[in-house]
Amino acid sequence: MKNHLTPLYQIAHARTGDKGSRSNISVIAYRKEDFPILQRELTEEKVKAHFGFRNPSAVKRYDLVNLQALNFVIDDLLDGGVNLSLNLDSHGKSLSYWLLSMEIDAK
Amino acid sequence: MSDIYRVACAAGFSGDRLGVAKPLVNALLQHGGPACLIFESLAERTLALAQLERRQNDQLGYEPLLEEMVEPILFDCVQAGIPIVGNFGAANPFAAAAVIARLAKEKNIPELKIAVVLGDDISGSSYRKMIEAHLAKPDQELLAQSQLVSANVYLGAKEIADALTAGAQVVVTGRVADPALTVGPLMAHFKKSWEDWDFLASATMAGHLLECGAQVTGGYFADPGYKDVPNLSNVGFPIVEFDSQGNICVTKPDSTGGVVNRLTVTEQLLYELHDPASYLTPDVVADITQAAVCDLGGNRVELTGVTGHPKPDSLKANICIDGGWLAEAEISYAGHHALERAQLAAQIIRDRIGKDLALRIDFIGSSSVFASDSGEGPTINPSKSFEDIRLRVAAAHQDRQLAMRVCREVTALYTCGPAGGGGVRTSLKPRLNTLVAFIPRAEIKPSYVFYKEEHSK
Repeated sequence: MKNHLTPLYQIAHARTGDKGSRSNISVIAYRKEDFPILQRELTEEKVKAHFGFRNPSAVKRYDLVNLQALNFVIDDLLDGGVNLSLNLDSHGKSLSYWLLSMEIDAK
Repeated sequence: MSDIYRVACAAGFSGDRLGVAKPLVNALLQHGGPACLIFESLAERTLALAQLERRQNDQLGYEPLLEEMVEPILFDCVQAGIPIVGNFGAANPFAAAAVIARLAKEKNIPELKIAVVLGDDISGSSYRKMIEAHLAKPDQELLAQSQLVSANVYLGAKEIADALTAGAQVVVTGRVADPALTVGPLMAHFKKSWEDWDFLASATMAGHLLECGAQVTGGYFADPGYKDVPNLSNVGFPIVEFDSQGNICVTKPDSTGGVVNRLTVTEQLLYELHDPASYLTPDVVADITQAAVCDLGGNRVELTGVTGHPKPDSLKANICIDGGWLAEAEISYAGHHALERAQLAAQIIRDRIGKDLALRIDFIGSSSVFASDSGEGPTINPSKSFEDIRLRVAAAHQDRQLAMRVCREVTALYTCGPAGGGGVRTSLKPRLNTLVAFIPRAEIKPSYVFYKEEHSK
């Protein structure tokens, strides 16, 4: 049943922020009616697995219903963050677009 | 909204675009009501870099672009009674004040009242024991093994507000919580109680929306076809209209590009926010779980429903320590077999220095930012479609000579590596590490003084 799979960016937009090695990624539904899909599809477990290659230690999701937004706080995602990471993007600013590439069931 | 106060923000980080303050000030002049102009130019590491600069030259250590930021609007602001508040003092607020005093003189502005906020800098040796006592064990050891570069507490808005109430026309700070640049002027204007948590929280979230400049007006946002932004190359910086009830309306000068809508405001509201029920600042714990964003159209977006809880007992401090050296070096391979040749070059580097240094290697064009430092992560397999790969090697080490080997080995790929490598660039920079401590309020004594010439002597 992979017919309904669609990349997250079709229904949501996102922004990444950082503090140390902790990243927060907001995911915001373009349309209010799609917010329940985000709530259903973007579980903490799935998001953690999607970033598995970065070995995050924890993922916490906060639901902001009024804002039709989810806020993911992801610990130890940034190889030490802006001071310690050897990544060109040591803030992890580009990572919102990795999350937006996730395939979800949008039905 | 009656009794509106406007706060305009003309910088979101050190190095932000210049020339954006003028349209903001023009818009404030056109509206005519009470207003202030803020500059936020102090990211987490900026202050440590400024401290390093001050050690080289005790007249430096403030925002390097200060003069270019303030000069174009100083006269108009003073004449219209629009105070300027900025954390552009960085590691040397008195030197920053001296620059502004000189600019005022050049513009024939008589006796400009410049306030300097003090008390954030705890890098002096008398604070050392106190800092150590409030660091986690592993961080205590890191500090013991390294050199302290800077130590600063995030101060709140009280001293900014007091200085403005006392008639300051410019307020120069070092480290304050970013929203404090907005909370200070709002508290000075509306004269609310410092225990009016809901008001303080609304003011704080107004400051949060402003503090990254264009990130709320269409910057850091555009995604062609999905999130289009008109005239992004002339993106306007934000203005918040704030009333005595704590209602917030975000907008921007009509003459500028960019966009303010529900999407831009929601993205910025959640930017660098963790638990939405407790956004910790020195002045209040803000709560946006009941907040609502309403797009009024015409680049005007309202934020309502922010609530607040009593301020925390301790203040956050950033302790910057020497973090050794960061070496980075790049070389390009283009044409057929570009990726294979880049991979061979990477293997040569690994063979030669991989035992001595923990290397990060990127194949830009195939993978440049998503992967972890260990190299794991999604890559686009070119299967002959990519014909231009830039190999990047990075490593950090306490020993400068050892870190330098990254630059040497990548440079040597010119003659000793695969065919056709070109465009080597290398860089070796000192690196900083930041430790975080939570300091009890009683240990910190914030204050402000009005700048006099003898301060900078």
